[in-house]
Amino acid sequence: MSIQTKISNSTERRSHFWAAALPYLLITPTLFFVVVFTLLPLLHVTYSSMFAENQAVQVPKFIGAGNYTSLFTDPGFHDVFVNTLIYVIVTVPVSVFLALVLALLLNRKFRALGLYRLAFFYPTVLPMVSAATIWLFMYTPDYGLLNVFIEFFHIPSQNWLGEPRLALIALMILGIWKQTGYFMVFFLAGLQGLPHDIFESAKLDGANILQSIYYITLPLLMGTTLFVTTIAVINAFETVDQIYIMTGGGPINSTSMLLFDLWQTLFSYMDVGRASAMSVILIVVLLIFTIVNFVTTERRATYE
Amino acid sequence: MQNKRFTILSILIVLVLLAGALSGCAPAATSAPAQPPATAPAATEAPATTAPAATSAPVELTFYYPVAVAGPITQIIDGYISQFEAANPGIKVNAVLSGGYGDTLTKIQTTIKGGGTPPDVAVLLSTDLYSLVDANAIMPLDDYVKAAGGDTFTSDFYPAYLANSNYQNHIWSLPFQRSIPVLYYNRDMFKAAGLDDTKGPANYAEMVADAQKLTKPDGSVWGIEISSDGIPYWLFQSFVIGNGSNVFTAANKVTFDTPEVAQALQDFVDLPNKDKVMPPGVLLWANMPNDFVNGKAAMIWHSSGSLTNILKQAKFNVGVSYTVGEKGYGAPTGGGNLYMLKGIPADHQAAAWKFIQFMTSVDTQADWSIKTGYVASRQSSYNTQAMKDHIAQVPQAAVAAAGLQYAGPELATHDNAQIQKFLGDAVQAALTGKSTIADALKSAQQQADQVLSQFSQ
Repeated sequence: MSIQTKISNSTERRSHFWAAALPYLLITPTLFFVVVFTLLPLLHVTYSSMFAENQAVQVPKFIGAGNYTSLFTDPGFHDVFVNTLIYVIVTVPVSVFLALVLALLLNRKFRALGLYRLAFFYPTVLPMVSAATIWLFMYTPDYGLLNVFIEFFHIPSQNWLGEPRLALIALMILGIWKQTGYFMVFFLAGLQGLPHDIFESAKLDGANILQSIYYITLPLLMGTTLFVTTIAVINAFETVDQIYIMTGGGPINSTSMLLFDLWQTLFSYMDVGRASAMSVILIVVLLIFTIVNFVTTERRATYE
Repeated sequence: MQNKRFTILSILIVLVLLAGALSGCAPAATSAPAQPPATAPAATEAPATTAPAATSAPVELTFYYPVAVAGPITQIIDGYISQFEAANPGIKVNAVLSGGYGDTLTKIQTTIKGGGTPPDVAVLLSTDLYSLVDANAIMPLDDYVKAAGGDTFTSDFYPAYLANSNYQNHIWSLPFQRSIPVLYYNRDMFKAAGLDDTKGPANYAEMVADAQKLTKPDGSVWGIEISSDGIPYWLFQSFVIGNGSNVFTAANKVTFDTPEVAQALQDFVDLPNKDKVMPPGVLLWANMPNDFVNGKAAMIWHSSGSLTNILKQAKFNVGVSYTVGEKGYGAPTGGGNLYMLKGIPADHQAAAWKFIQFMTSVDTQADWSIKTGYVASRQSSYNTQAMKDHIAQVPQAAVAAAGLQYAGPELATHDNAQIQKFLGDAVQAALTGKSTIADALKSAQQQADQVLSQFSQ
């Protein structure tokens, strides 16, 4: 009897142990990859950012915050930071807004609907490098498509990529064109999931189209909007291919953005310390955005 | 019972996954002991002592080369390698197309930083010399050059090209795919404008005068187009060298902020702003040949390497002349050299030198020049029958080589890419009116001085 109890006790304890350990075991593979490919590199890059390591200093030398102070006092890096912010602040709202408008327009039945949807979605399918090459031709002075178009309205031909005040705008137009169709698809999916009865009752109550969009559609699409905005912000920070293809960051630094500058610092200038400090800054900026986004999403969830 | 089985199953899955994950990173650990040379890069001779056993087996060289001009470059290179292997039965060459110049340098630098084995031979920019020496990535070729005849061997290379190979009394590379900016002009337009179409402008003043006659007031034709995108410092150096000066004096000393350089930049900026013979703003490098062959621009400055492509596309008579400054012709050199990388076994070194010698031989250089438009790096290449026949057919091909007598060295310093960007930014800032010429050059000089102060010579 006593033996019997002992056995049952020990199996119970053992199964208790397994029950407690199982969740940890289950997340081990994921944790392993997160640690090896995210956390360790993160710590490593933070560590290297405190060292001078470049073409002049082949053996890393500890300089504390030296890379950061030199970055923050560098007018070139200041330009890069401002360009990135402008790009984010302009492309995110504009492409999200346009995508919503397109989705609302295309969320009804009319002739050649599929064709329109295809046309607006098409830029998404193109690889960014091909899209940038196409736009490179469109922006060509004098005989480029865009200049031929504006000359039709008696606006003189512009050197889109060759003027500092226009080059960033030219890149933003490409960025918006490229991603709007993609976001439109999310909004379309969102719109098609909305219940019809609410709109019908609103109609009966005398709400016009704008009112029902503003008071019903938009609040119900909040989840989609937040998701799309997140993607748009990430896209904006990840802008690098089109800069590489179209402007190389120029004229002067007018189109250079964080990720491109980071790439250039590491692979053209071989400045490991400075590039590490730039990575840390990029990570911090993205972290701030993620926290803000997380907090607002949480609030929306409680609000609903 | 069922629950328990599930638990065991889950644990098994986790273990399998974990094993998979660990084995994913295992090769790095297991392969590390297999390559002791990588952990002891200082001991370059060490692998040689283990090598003799393998002398009968062919030496396998790895050769990295970038592609920087249009054309069937890979086929041409593969052709040379078959020729080389046929003549040297003990050597095999694996040619690796490594992207552009920047990609090739990046690949090699990251390999060295990561403790891996670099390729044996690579084509890299002639101006990468100081960065490569600083990174301890390349080997001097002195002993091999001496054995090949010393000065008698090197004297056949164009001095302007060989200038990029010397540093600290060592010779580090041999010129392979070299170029020079030239002035392409539309001979039909010259004739129509009443200009002498047998020669291009001899100096800056003549070029402006010609461009004014060639520019159509309605904007359909520009007299001249000079790109200031990509590597803006390069074509700008033509102005400076044509003014009898240059933008640097040593590997750690640039002279951006001098009256001669300021005058050269003024000349560049005057073309669009004062004389209105060039479109304003920064002009893209890739658009220039298109503008020229389509009759949008009567003259352009571009690499001699674009000759083959331009002749193929132009439907008019193309004239080739030299880029100019105020005092006359002037141009920087450009292009890539062959380097031998450090840390390769001794038997590879001898084979690598044979390969470098073959690729820079009189006949290979003549053939390479005929097929691509690069300037042959050796003067005797222009006395070969093949080259004579080619020039009889395409007389423009002889122009670039003859222009080398007016050439000065391309901007090459420590931390080269960054220094070149400082000057390039100054050129762009002046051209786009973002800052005055004086301010732009002063700031470029300050930035460059700050970087270069870290290097003692």
